[in-house]
Amino acid sequence: MIDLNEIQTIEHDVLVVGAGGAGLRAAIETSNLGLNTGVITKSLLGKAHTVMAEGGMAAAMGNVDSRDNWKVHFRDTMRGGKFLNVWEMAAVHAQDAPGRVRELEDWGAVFDRTRTGLINQRNFGGHRYPRLAHVGDRTGLELIRTLQDHGIHQGMDVHSECIGVDLLKDGGKISGMLAYWRDTGRFVVFRAPVVIFATGGAGKAWRVTSNSWEYTGDGYGMATRAGAELMDMEFTQFHPTGMVWPPSVRGILVTEGVRGEGGILTNSDGVRFMFDNIPERFAPETADTKEEGQRWLDGDREARRPPELLTRDVVARAIMREVKSGRGSEHGGAYLDISHRDSDFVKRKLPSMYHQFKELAEVDITAQPMEVGPTLHYYMGGIRVNAHSQMTNVPGLFAAGECSAGLHGANRLGGNSLSDLIVFGARAGIGAKEYLDNLSGSPTVQQEQVHQHMRGVTDFLNREDGENPYVVVDDLQKIMELNVGIVREGEELEKGIEELQKLKERVKKVKAHPTSQYNPGWNTCIDLRNMITSAEATALCALQREESRGAHTRLDFEGEREEGLTYNGVVHLTESGELKVRKEMRKDAPEDLQKIAHSTLEELEGNRV
Amino acid sequence: MSERTFRVWRGNQDGGEFVDYTVEVQPGMVVLDCIHEIQKEHASDLSCRWNCKAGKCGSCSMEINGKPALSCMTRMNTFEEGETVTLQPMKTFPVIRDLTCDVSWNYEQNKRIRPFAPRPRDPDGEHRMMQEDVDRVQEFRKCIECFLCQDTCHILRDRETEQNFAGPRFMVRLASLDMHPLDTDDRIQEVKDESGSGLCNITRCCTEACPEHIGITDNAIIPLKERVVDRFYDPLMWLMRKLRPGKKEVAKN
Repeated sequence: MIDLNEIQTIEHDVLVVGAGGAGLRAAIETSNLGLNTGVITKSLLGKAHTVMAEGGMAAAMGNVDSRDNWKVHFRDTMRGGKFLNVWEMAAVHAQDAPGRVRELEDWGAVFDRTRTGLINQRNFGGHRYPRLAHVGDRTGLELIRTLQDHGIHQGMDVHSECIGVDLLKDGGKISGMLAYWRDTGRFVVFRAPVVIFATGGAGKAWRVTSNSWEYTGDGYGMATRAGAELMDMEFTQFHPTGMVWPPSVRGILVTEGVRGEGGILTNSDGVRFMFDNIPERFAPETADTKEEGQRWLDGDREARRPPELLTRDVVARAIMREVKSGRGSEHGGAYLDISHRDSDFVKRKLPSMYHQFKELAEVDITAQPMEVGPTLHYYMGGIRVNAHSQMTNVPGLFAAGECSAGLHGANRLGGNSLSDLIVFGARAGIGAKEYLDNLSGSPTVQQEQVHQHMRGVTDFLNREDGENPYVVVDDLQKIMELNVGIVREGEELEKGIEELQKLKERVKKVKAHPTSQYNPGWNTCIDLRNMITSAEATALCALQREESRGAHTRLDFEGEREEGLTYNGVVHLTESGELKVRKEMRKDAPEDLQKIAHSTLEELEGNRV
Repeated sequence: MSERTFRVWRGNQDGGEFVDYTVEVQPGMVVLDCIHEIQKEHASDLSCRWNCKAGKCGSCSMEINGKPALSCMTRMNTFEEGETVTLQPMKTFPVIRDLTCDVSWNYEQNKRIRPFAPRPRDPDGEHRMMQEDVDRVQEFRKCIECFLCQDTCHILRDRETEQNFAGPRFMVRLASLDMHPLDTDDRIQEVKDESGSGLCNITRCCTEACPEHIGITDNAIIPLKERVVDRFYDPLMWLMRKLRPGKKEVAKN
């Protein structure tokens, strides 16, 4: 093995892993705090998964309905998360979001405007008021481009197409990270006392997903191998509306904005089935007739919202039920129709949906219904962090955005992910600065650790023969779809876990073509290690949770159980390399926050809480 | 379902050659799906960039039968029956490997553009802009940085001189700043000198290549060229400016 001195080494105070919304926002913060900051990204700058976000970012600015305030947003978030959210994170998120959105405007973002020239806000599932600042249906692109164009002038170094292999530690504390350049396949050692993960989720472990190739749970894999914990991994959000046809685009996201702008869901009988799927908890705030739904859409403030805008878990399950009962659409989904609205309105409000269907499915959404069905979209769970600093239990390791857990609880509201990125990205940056200010000594990189991590990934290139990694990925996706899908059962989960154990052995023996230069096969071998950890953690948490709550549905344990609210599922990797799950008892909620979460809307609107 | 032959360029900066692959094409497939099939079935090391697979990220740019295009948005049923599909990396940029090329030059151009410089907020802490005043800027901000316009631009493609044309992508970016209602910076000198607006001779190839259908030539480049002409080549405008300085110049001073 080569000497440490011969491996390229780059030094930073802070290394941010991931250049999506959370990563770039964290890097802007640490750069502005005077820290030497590096960002690594698997792709080119500006291509991260954030660009896929469509609908908007939730912030109680009250520009469209002045009754909105942070307390209502907080209450909506807790209710959406079925009260399993980390209370303080949900509160901080609702409080910080408006300021973080305005800040984007100062950095060049151009949101859609209200008639008086303010940032326009749209309706979305689970949000009581029009709350999502947006740019048509390409809000994620606006967010990432704004952060990118602002960020490159703040002093940070962006290392593109650089992939993390493993974290480096010195006496328990972070000392850096081993990574490699995609274009050459060469290794690089980052020496940094702080690493901030903004690595996103692991949707690629499923076949039908809205996620891109990057979403392989790299943060989950690397964090657990370094001793950090994962939390709430059973809560994987199936977005109710992904494309279902043609097969090659199955899973691609159809924004919730379609329903926010008046889109309706029907089955093959032409029935608006969501009216038959209103959960008790939301009944008082949901329209029970089409007429009332229409009045709400027309802006009647006394009317209640149509049931198509119930939370994502509810809508996804309802679509599944229709399909399973033989009332699905032609290709096994439901119909989503916005063609009753004016054609110019649809093209203006949902331009990329219009193009996406026109070009990929040859469907004109201004005249025809879309076919949609559930698609794996988002990890509510993730790396367990401190609610105030975003630091994990490994000193020096931070996490923000989708890869971290806590804000969303058992189910995420649409629009809360983009605001999550900018709120907690910034907070992770501040947390990193505080950690560095109090850090005594400087953790160093150990040669032996570097070598060990290098061997872990070069073996894939060097072995004589082995399995094609793409085949193993296919099998992993099949296992997850069959056993850890949108509705789950104890026996299936156990079987899934058993099969994942066997697959783990196969992952150890995959082989890549022996060129390290820009070799997607080798990348896939490396990604597989992290995907399998993410998949297993998800299955373990799902088996432990014997109830149905939010995005986690158990056929053998229907409905929410009291016990389910007392704990969060936490996973860690043992010394012997096994993933173990446990129930971590939840702390009592702060009294003031409890009071807000359980208040009536009248009390919150009148500011009486 | 039908079989289709792909002729794919394989190699790196030291050279390469076209290699033929056969793919079973299912209904609805796009070119990128076929590349993934080739990786799975024939060549796990075939290199190509992609991310969103929905025309939103601009990663999978390449030349398909000689034309710059996103492989995720090129449907297989747009080809003639039996037509061989040729895939090459974008020619304007140095190749890294197979279909992947080094586009870092574009990121350098972007960094040369001075950052957004907003006016102060209104006394109540808000920025006010009317929708009709931001429509044009929003058109420019639809850009997904696929760099197909850069690839097709013959000034960049030939690159025979030391000319400093930043390319259509960055003319669009400059236009989005210049027309941004909040921006106070005067960028016209920069448009002319640093970004070389005069070098574009309006052949509109970039506009045709844009997958986002941005009116690159008509809505961005021509208005910028006109502003440059007004500023530097029109004596009457020059005199007017001396007598009545514009808002941006006042803000700058």
